[in-house]
Amino acid sequence: MAIRRVKIFTLFERFWHWSQMLLIVLLMITGFGIHGFHHLLDFEIAVTLHTLAAFALLLLWAFSIFWLFTTRHWRHFIPTVKGMWGVLRFYILGIFKGEHHPYRKAFWRKHNPLQALTYLMLKIVLFPLIWGSGLIYLFYFVWRDLPHATLWLDGVALVHTGAAFTILMFVMIHVYMLTTGHSFKSHVMPMINGFDEVDLTPEEEAYLQNDEPENIR
Amino acid sequence: MRPLGKILLLLMGLCIHSALMATDNWPTPPATVQPAPVQISGPLTGGTADHTKFEVLKKPFASGPEVTKACLSCHTETGKHFMKNIHWTWEWRNPDTGQMLGKKHLINNFCTNARGNEGMCAQCHAGYGWKDENFDFKDETNIDCLVCHDTTGTYYKTPNSAGSPACSVMFEGKPAIDLSLVAQSVDLPQRANCGACHFNGGGGDNVKHGDLSSALKNPPRQLDVHMGIDGLNFACTACHVTKQHVWAGSRYRMDAKDHKGAGKPGQRRDVATCESCHGLKPHPVDSLAAFKRNDHISSVACQTCHIPEFARGGVATMTDWDWRTAGRTRNGEGYHEHGYTQGNGEHRYTYKSIKGTFVYAENLVPLYRWFNGQMNYTTIDTKFDVTKPVAVNDFNGSRDDGHSRIWPFKQMRTWLPADIGNGTLVYAHLWGEDSDSYWGNYDMGKAIAHGMKEFGLPYSGQYGFVETLSYWPITHMVAPKEDSLSCESCHAKDGRLQGVEGLYLPGRDSNQWVDLIGVLAVLGTLIGIISHALIRLFSSRGAQH
Repeated sequence: MAIRRVKIFTLFERFWHWSQMLLIVLLMITGFGIHGFHHLLDFEIAVTLHTLAAFALLLLWAFSIFWLFTTRHWRHFIPTVKGMWGVLRFYILGIFKGEHHPYRKAFWRKHNPLQALTYLMLKIVLFPLIWGSGLIYLFYFVWRDLPHATLWLDGVALVHTGAAFTILMFVMIHVYMLTTGHSFKSHVMPMINGFDEVDLTPEEEAYLQNDEPENIR
Repeated sequence: MRPLGKILLLLMGLCIHSALMATDNWPTPPATVQPAPVQISGPLTGGTADHTKFEVLKKPFASGPEVTKACLSCHTETGKHFMKNIHWTWEWRNPDTGQMLGKKHLINNFCTNARGNEGMCAQCHAGYGWKDENFDFKDETNIDCLVCHDTTGTYYKTPNSAGSPACSVMFEGKPAIDLSLVAQSVDLPQRANCGACHFNGGGGDNVKHGDLSSALKNPPRQLDVHMGIDGLNFACTACHVTKQHVWAGSRYRMDAKDHKGAGKPGQRRDVATCESCHGLKPHPVDSLAAFKRNDHISSVACQTCHIPEFARGGVATMTDWDWRTAGRTRNGEGYHEHGYTQGNGEHRYTYKSIKGTFVYAENLVPLYRWFNGQMNYTTIDTKFDVTKPVAVNDFNGSRDDGHSRIWPFKQMRTWLPADIGNGTLVYAHLWGEDSDSYWGNYDMGKAIAHGMKEFGLPYSGQYGFVETLSYWPITHMVAPKEDSLSCESCHAKDGRLQGVEGLYLPGRDSNQWVDLIGVLAVLGTLIGIISHALIRLFSSRGAQH
């Protein structure tokens, strides 16, 4: 086993991550503006940007889902309890004692168990909740004449807002997590140049060096 | 040269800008433009006959009915047609509610009742000589063609009966009308023709409706995008389309939500709705916002966004009227007091002995409510609780009935004389030559007793005053699109639709619990992060990691 710097985030993944980040920030700002929490933008501009950003994000997700399944990268997000306690213990206790993060990235496990579970929940619960409620909200004009439409809209808005708050909490924790470990930079760089330290098996190392030398340093 | 060119351009821009500013003198209407441009009256504009060439009109006329006879000698069927319309009948039975409506029957919370006061009020009847129950509604020569078709501006009407000497002096000394000239100058009705009565409803300029004032005779485009003389210059009948002298667009029966739209070419000009011209998707879809605006059509009347304020253009409307103070005299004579100067500089009375105390206002934000188009009237025979405010005309509507939209209204509040014993409104005898008429004698008890007895109505003998409300849908004074409301006029806390229920309005509404829990959770997260970071910072060896 050898720790090597390996490209674990492909160009598409990095593009996905950062464009998703920008769109979510835009959606947060415009969304909470529409909700009435601030008045930085005209309502009309806020609604227009919110809708366009939502469509763009949906398109991005369509590509990313396709990518995840065609490249087998979805396997990174299979939940596991193996090593979960170690990670939790680190954030609760170990981090204060100056311990090292217990998790080492593997070539086919680039997220620690807590990350994997969090991202999975984001992908299969929170995101579907916000875009599902968002689409129903957006297409209100189609179902507005159904009985009790306004009551249903109440509920849809409630789910949408609730999901937005939860995503905001995720974003805050997500960003804070970057400050843990070695350095902020060491956490951000993999998502910029794609390379991170990965614990490779000899076979993986040999394969990468022979067949994908550009992906290993 | 280049900087010089820029300066020149800038100067030219300034000149153009100030030229625009000079014509843009809203809210003061511009001086009358001479000669008046032709108003657009719909497909009939232009006509097919020159009335100065008709021999039958080239003679002196001694009276209005003589002119009418001449008119009918060519327009042979018009008399029969005309007698069906509400300008003639002054009554209309609403087929949905069964209520008998029209000026002949209703009481409003302005000058109360026309019934029994026709000698004065029927100046605005499109006929000659209605002063009491003996008026012949079957005589075609009683039709007044000229009041609607005169274009000279010299035609006028006076009360059909003398009234109290104290009042009749107001109508003396007017110049004689050259009926031959007027008859030869007829054309399709101009705004001033309709406005002679409709701008003066309630007893004065813009008193009643709030969106119909003399400012619309020659309005700038900013005041009314359709009628503006520097814009489309529509006559009233461009929208209130006419078929055989019956007009579309009565307040008694409104299309609060037009499901049909414009129809195919040549079809569907039977209503005065916005949609009958603009269609059901009036905003060109060139943006997401425009698409969303077209969605709003199903819930929001066009008027709601496109008439940001009413009583614009410098003419105020009345919002409150108190009949309780009427009847005060000085040295035994009635008097009036100025108390309000409106936008165009004219003074308005805030007290009149014959009517009581008034409150005026301009540039008003309407009241917004769901409205299904049907008004329910408190008629002379409706019993109500006199201790509570009563709506002289009430309306219904809800998000879910399929016919309603959110409409703008003017609300009028009046302390109105009523029969306290029986709990009904009353017909007051205001105008007359006898000693019971209120205008001249100032005895409300006698005026009510007389008015009720005249029509065989029960009266307890105990009169008082009740607080009444009336609601006037706002539909004129449509502003240019650049002046229409923006989203946040309603999509905001304490916005214009604050009191409107039955809808979830983003920006106005939210679930308090979700907001509270959400904000607490986000703050909790923040506190958690900060605590975590602080512990890391101050824990023994944590600083390195």
